[in-house]
Amino acid sequence: MRRPADFQAREPGPTTYLDGVRAAAPIGVAALAFGVSFGVLARAADMGRVAPVVMSVTTFAGSAQFAVASILGAGGGLVTAIVAAILLNLRYGPIGLSAATTFEGPWWRRALTAQLIVDESWAIAQRDDGRLDRHLLIGAGLLLLVCWTTGTVIGTFAGDLVADPESLGLDAAFPALFLALLWSQVRDRSRLLAALAGAAIALALMPFTGPGIPIVAASLACLVGARKPA
Amino acid sequence: MSAVWISVIVVGLATMAIKAAGPLLLARRTPPPRAQAALEHLAPALLAALVVTQALGGDNGGFTIDARLAGLAAGAGALLLRAPLLVVITAAAVTAALVRLVA
Repeated sequence: MRRPADFQAREPGPTTYLDGVRAAAPIGVAALAFGVSFGVLARAADMGRVAPVVMSVTTFAGSAQFAVASILGAGGGLVTAIVAAILLNLRYGPIGLSAATTFEGPWWRRALTAQLIVDESWAIAQRDDGRLDRHLLIGAGLLLLVCWTTGTVIGTFAGDLVADPESLGLDAAFPALFLALLWSQVRDRSRLLAALAGAAIALALMPFTGPGIPIVAASLACLVGARKPA
Repeated sequence: MSAVWISVIVVGLATMAIKAAGPLLLARRTPPPRAQAALEHLAPALLAALVVTQALGGDNGGFTIDARLAGLAAGAGALLLRAPLLVVITAAAVTAALVRLVA
């Protein structure tokens, strides 16, 4: 299958951290805007000004942070908020497994750089051979961390001044990003099969489970690849 | 300690542990060929699930059909025309924004 022009242009030669920053720049705009709206929501949920910013740096996962703020804001329990957030982030288990051989150095350095894994940086760093590009992942992850945290700071201090990201259509930017990267991934029948099976599992589970579980379960579709050794 | 800080700390530590688990457990070990082949199919499987959940997911689980779907269709159209990533994302956002403006 044919791939978008910028992936073809990027293929030859080694990558740099700056390539990752560049590749993530368009989605960084959306991350900044949603960081603002997380800051606004967290303020409205009486989370104060410091805790939301600390959360954006440490948890660094949009959907889980939105879940905590909205559950605490709606008077839901502490345990409910924590469980919902952890379920949402369980997908980083399989995602981390796929990135396992990407990182270098002593264990603390691998653990630290693994924190830069978010859906978008992981998606951008996909290489043709099925592995991940460490430079792209770190560059993209750093840019997204800066955008997300800066957005949160703006949201908690000056949120009323900024437009709602959904009215700008920025929530549609994320599925489009994943579709574009999926497009460049589906090169043969077994990868297409894995994609279709992953989508089917997610669709089948979405009405019945809370958010988070469908994505974790969809990772089982990778077993399609185990039918024949590479 | 307040509920806010407990949730920030617990969720933060749990997320960090989940993210670090794979790279710490599997590092420098080459998985057997079949496992490696399965790992190489994780990306298409998870990306497809992310497309579905991000385009159709509701706030509390279930489905919500809204302007995101029109945006995704526009993004797919841009992909078919072999547009670069920036154009694909912008087409999706602008379309969703226009649909919300009109609807």
